[in-house]
Amino acid sequence: MSAGPRAAVHPPSPVVASFPATRHSVVAGIASTDPHVRRVAFDTLISAYWRPVYKYVRIKWRADRDDAADLTQEFFARAFEKDTLARFDPARARFRTYLRVCLDGFVANEHKAARRMKRGGGVSFVSLDFAAAETELVGLHPSPSGNGASVPGADDDAFFRQEWVRALFADAVAALRDSCAAVGKHTHFAVFERYDLQDDARIRPTYAQLGAALGIPATQVTNYLAFTRRELRRLLLERLRALCATDEEFRLEARDLLGVDPG
Amino acid sequence: MSDAAIRRLQEAADAPDLSGTKYELVTALAQGGMGTVYRVRDRELGREVALKVIRLPEASPDIATRMLREARTLARLEHPGIVPIHDVGRLSDGRVFYAMKLVRGSPLDALPPGTLAERLRIVERICEAVAFAHAHGVIHRDLKPQNVMVGPFGEVLVMDWGVAKLVGDASTLGAGDGDDTDTDALAAHAAGPTTGHGVVLGTPGYMAPEQAAGDPALVDTRADVYALGAILRDVSHTASAEPDGKARRDLPGRPLEAIIRKAMATDPRDRYGDVTTLARDVAAFRAGAPVSAYRENLFERARRFTFRYSTPILLILAYLVMRITLLAVRGR
Repeated sequence: MSAGPRAAVHPPSPVVASFPATRHSVVAGIASTDPHVRRVAFDTLISAYWRPVYKYVRIKWRADRDDAADLTQEFFARAFEKDTLARFDPARARFRTYLRVCLDGFVANEHKAARRMKRGGGVSFVSLDFAAAETELVGLHPSPSGNGASVPGADDDAFFRQEWVRALFADAVAALRDSCAAVGKHTHFAVFERYDLQDDARIRPTYAQLGAALGIPATQVTNYLAFTRRELRRLLLERLRALCATDEEFRLEARDLLGVDPG
Repeated sequence: MSDAAIRRLQEAADAPDLSGTKYELVTALAQGGMGTVYRVRDRELGREVALKVIRLPEASPDIATRMLREARTLARLEHPGIVPIHDVGRLSDGRVFYAMKLVRGSPLDALPPGTLAERLRIVERICEAVAFAHAHGVIHRDLKPQNVMVGPFGEVLVMDWGVAKLVGDASTLGAGDGDDTDTDALAAHAAGPTTGHGVVLGTPGYMAPEQAAGDPALVDTRADVYALGAILRDVSHTASAEPDGKARRDLPGRPLEAIIRKAMATDPRDRYGDVTTLARDVAAFRAGAPVSAYRENLFERARRFTFRYSTPILLILAYLVMRITLLAVRGR
């Protein structure tokens, strides 16, 4: 079985477009009786979670690439068919934790032969680029043997959370790039990209250097950064809100992730 | 996207809006109950400073005003042991900020191993700064090793005055209408949760019992004496052996224990009356002199005397042995 992109019912649109513009929770949406609402919510959920799920199955369950890709698709297919995720009780845990526990249960119970027969389950989702996820996983956690990926001694929940955070930020940055391009603020994003996306402080330019390189005064660099940071924060909080079941969970996640109280 | 990139973006998403200021954000340094401290570059003066941004963007104007008043008050505490405030204001996103000296060094609890004498000298320096603040009507209320920075040249700076209490004239500095209640309301916002009938400010393990009770009226300068006693306790437990390899038991340990016990007495009336007296005892102990907190017996006094004056005593003994030897040789 190939671990490459799978056929999709929906066009392979950018992940950002799948997030609802409202602050409604997709966690609530997956329990909706309206099939369209439920479907849209499920696609949004998969967009946010498929990469952490795939990487978690690869690392925690030591599945090979093809099995991890299959298990990822089947997990969501089964969850959609059986409404597993809709049974989430916000009083007991965060949704992310619940999803991971469901995933552990699913993988533990999955029989390999039965899985092959049921592969796909007749349900297809948004396009999932497993090859890109695998490349990222190996790049971040190369195994000592140089073959594949490994994270020795990783705490399950921490690993899953970190991969979820990675996916969330990657989506938010992609959305920021798109929104800046849509309104002609290319220089704004260029400033952000060269300053805030440069994680190595030793080679990060000063505002003056950045301004000189882009032909704008240093004070404008400050303004552009303020704009893009504000936008990034808004996009992150918007996504976070959509992925949390309750206001309380949203506040906790926002505080954990960004150190802010969204109010 | 690497973990470092995520951390960088987390900082960026929570970064203060510095547009319209002379500051350029470099990186986040630390996060506390009051807000986040950033390393920023002052474009006009061409130097780096620390910018503490209060995390109260939705706070009422009243709270912001009180914070500014507190910053102005602390700015008057010009002492080498207290981090100086250079600037105070409000960012375009509404957040109140202070610009402070960028302190380079390590928190007291993260220092590399040192001798007891070195650590005691640091405690004395902390006491000097706190005594100065007390003299100007400012009680720190959150003294702990993490809030003391020790620079590479031995400079000692007391940090994080965010929950300080202003008393006497200090409480009326700035706006002219402040009082203890105002200050505590401000500090309560900074500290977060409240318990019991009042606001609990401080850190367990360093907080005086009357402070832990949550009644601000009971808290005076002796609460800082208690916290300094706790710092002294930590210092005496973590300091390594003397450079010559002798363990600390070679020094009289009981007086130091007595100093700690007195500073950390449950009843404030049993503590040192002020920080200066505590500092004097610490200095006396370090110098091998008697301390007010401990009454020595004759044996201990003799032992301390011997320890303190070991070099001249040894010289005198050597001289006497030499003289006796010479007399003995001549007598043959």
